[in-house]
Amino acid sequence: MGNAGIKVLAVASGGGHWEQLMLLRPTLAQYDIRFATTEPAVALQHGVTDVERLPDCNQNMPLQSALCALVALKVVLKHRPKVILSTGAAPGFFCILAGRLIGARTLWIDSVANGEELSMCGKLSKRFAHECWTQWEHLAGPDRPRYHGAVL
Amino acid sequence: MIIVTVGMQLGFDRLIAAMDELAPGLGMPVVAQIGKGTYQPAHMEARPKIAPAEFETLVGEAKLIVAHAGIGTVLTAARCRKPILLMPRRADLGEHRNDHQLATVRKLAGRPGILVAADESELASRIAEGLALEDWTAARSPTAHQLHTALAAFIENRAV
Repeated sequence: MGNAGIKVLAVASGGGHWEQLMLLRPTLAQYDIRFATTEPAVALQHGVTDVERLPDCNQNMPLQSALCALVALKVVLKHRPKVILSTGAAPGFFCILAGRLIGARTLWIDSVANGEELSMCGKLSKRFAHECWTQWEHLAGPDRPRYHGAVL
Repeated sequence: MIIVTVGMQLGFDRLIAAMDELAPGLGMPVVAQIGKGTYQPAHMEARPKIAPAEFETLVGEAKLIVAHAGIGTVLTAARCRKPILLMPRRADLGEHRNDHQLATVRKLAGRPGILVAADESELASRIAEGLALEDWTAARSPTAHQLHTALAAFIENRAV
């Protein structure tokens, strides 16, 4: 199986997180890519039709977060991707956690909007994702997060 | 057409007033999303909020985006492949809580399709530069190239 057959799940909440995922789309399109987002209508605007919907949540919404984690697990079990990546935020992090349960390789790319410090999910991803990248060189550490460029 | 935006959350009258003054000499319509600003422009179409779908359409038609240094707007410009001119908000003028927009423009200045006006006195010349930009969309910034390359390596399980 060539690289084009690698199944990838790419996750981003609506807004700036999704914008960043779309900027990475030319590279993602080389693989067997599936998208998941909190705002399928925006995804549709960008021509992504078979998008998985995740309920939006954040750290201040415990019930909604629990629901989101369950839906994330369902989406991950349905597609069983080899690779899961997210540009943020919490729903993407839950997909990464679910990915660990099925042995997927997971990548967190912290939003370019976080130029002063890593997001909360970014900090958690330093522990829970296989790799955690920042888009700002001055935030990179010797180990994590790493810096490998930026969407802009 | 030129679209001006300062986001929806805060006003940025210094930019809106300066653009209103320049608008008659630009030779094309100017549409502005002025957020919570109080200055009422006389020479350009101005609205507090433009809904996302319409904003997207306007960006698609625009030759140039003039904006506060908000990352969300920079990302929209990048996806729609439109040049963007950024003028940072300043905390000492009460335009934001802190000076992170100054830090943002320092880091983004010089990347393909991104221009910076330090203040309103630089707007006219930077707008002219922005409207004259050609063929920059083919040029992916070195940092974006680096990220795409690293992402492909990660997905293919090669050394990043």
